[in-house]
Amino acid sequence: MPLVEKARIMDAEKMRRTITRIAHEIVEKNKGTSNLALIGIRRRGVPLAERLAENIKKIEGVQLPIGILDITLYRDDLATSAHQPVVHQTNVPFPVTGKRIVLVDDVLYTGRTVRAALDAIIDLGRPAVIQLAVLVDRGHRELPIRADYVGKNVPTSRREIVSVLLKETDGQDKVIIEEFRDD
Amino acid sequence: MHLERKQIAGWQRKDLLGLRDLTAEEIELILDTAVPMKDIMRREIKKVPTLRGRSVVNLFYEPSTRTRMSFELAAKYLSADSVNISVSTSSVVKGESLKDTARTIEAMGADVIVIRHSAAGAPKLLAQTVDCHVINAGDGFHEHPTQALLDMFTIREKKGRLKGLKVAIVGDIYHSRVARSNIWGLTKMGAEVRLAGPVTLMPPEVEKMGVKVFYQVEEALEGVDVVMALRIQRERLKEGRFPTWREYARLYGINARRLQKAKPDALVMHPGPVNQGIEITPDVAEGTQSVIQEQVTNGVAVRMALLYLLMGGGTTSEAVN
Repeated sequence: MPLVEKARIMDAEKMRRTITRIAHEIVEKNKGTSNLALIGIRRRGVPLAERLAENIKKIEGVQLPIGILDITLYRDDLATSAHQPVVHQTNVPFPVTGKRIVLVDDVLYTGRTVRAALDAIIDLGRPAVIQLAVLVDRGHRELPIRADYVGKNVPTSRREIVSVLLKETDGQDKVIIEEFRDD
Repeated sequence: MHLERKQIAGWQRKDLLGLRDLTAEEIELILDTAVPMKDIMRREIKKVPTLRGRSVVNLFYEPSTRTRMSFELAAKYLSADSVNISVSTSSVVKGESLKDTARTIEAMGADVIVIRHSAAGAPKLLAQTVDCHVINAGDGFHEHPTQALLDMFTIREKKGRLKGLKVAIVGDIYHSRVARSNIWGLTKMGAEVRLAGPVTLMPPEVEKMGVKVFYQVEEALEGVDVVMALRIQRERLKEGRFPTWREYARLYGINARRLQKAKPDALVMHPGPVNQGIEITPDVAEGTQSVIQEQVTNGVAVRMALLYLLMGGGTTSEAVN
């Protein structure tokens, strides 16, 4: 079945403005950058965290520490899934204990990835606060998890796929909704 | 994150019986997966919930400290339960066959059986008997794949690659399952393998495995990146394969003078346990070029990777987002 683009949610310009807004919200909510750190969830949460850090540096003149989190080993579907995700390295080069952590991902959907990420961070230490920033919240939560910072809320059906494309990973910046078409 | 995934080539095998049948890509996948596993071992909390509710049975028909403990810790770090069966106190002494033992273990719900056996081919027989996963932890003179994988991981970690490196394996090649697995693995990964040892401890026609054979250890060590000494077992002396320990040490032992033939940054390796002063002198075994202790650490990481890959499902996928 072919995958067809149904709608374009964001272009490069809109994505840039959205990330800038989230960066401002992070600084405002945390009353500055003291003790703040960003952790991106692999894959696309990582470049998003880097872009947020870049924006916060422009706003506050402070380079925030950035960590990379691979949640594969914390997934709850390994025992039941026939799929076997590739494990990549987690690299959080700072102690998380006592830090205000902003967890960054591209799409918030069922909440299971975020649940796994919370477990992974807590295994590294005891942060003071963990907040969540996502570019797109598409709904259909299966766990009591919500984002503190949302780029765009996009109501979707489960049949649809939200694809976030980033320059760093895909060569272009855009967010689209796709769907399998029964042709 | 949503459920759409793109398929990429990955681990497809039920068992790990040896390196002879693996492709270079499969070996690479194991080594790559072991990298994040080693990171877990460095954490304050050395445990991830990945294999919660899975069970690993270590069935060792031969004595072992490091391999058995390594598998046990690998399982525990991934939150799997592990059980060790000591053959001397099991029903094997009552005459229970390997197949019966395996079926009994499987009937109790084991997901993986790790087997070490003095008979070559025992892991294959086991794999054909049971539906659960089987890992060969050493069978006779045949293969010891996880040891070779941890050796390759150690070399790759230190040298950044395997392709094009010169590796000298010195000692009792004839009886060494470690040597065989390393030959299969290293040659597949593009390394040049040289073997050195007494003619009585060299398998006939071993050159057919794509290696170079030397009977003078100094020649074999000339310009190599890695020197791997093998353990000499006491039985070999009784068999009359060489006259005395002292003579073996004098002609084939890795000492500081011989090591100078290798590259200045050559790694010194040994699968352990080391007969100090026989196959390797203490100053070399504990010297700056030695990575013998790191091999032990890496053994746990590689076995964690294998347990994950074997129990992780049938195909590899990566989430699209």
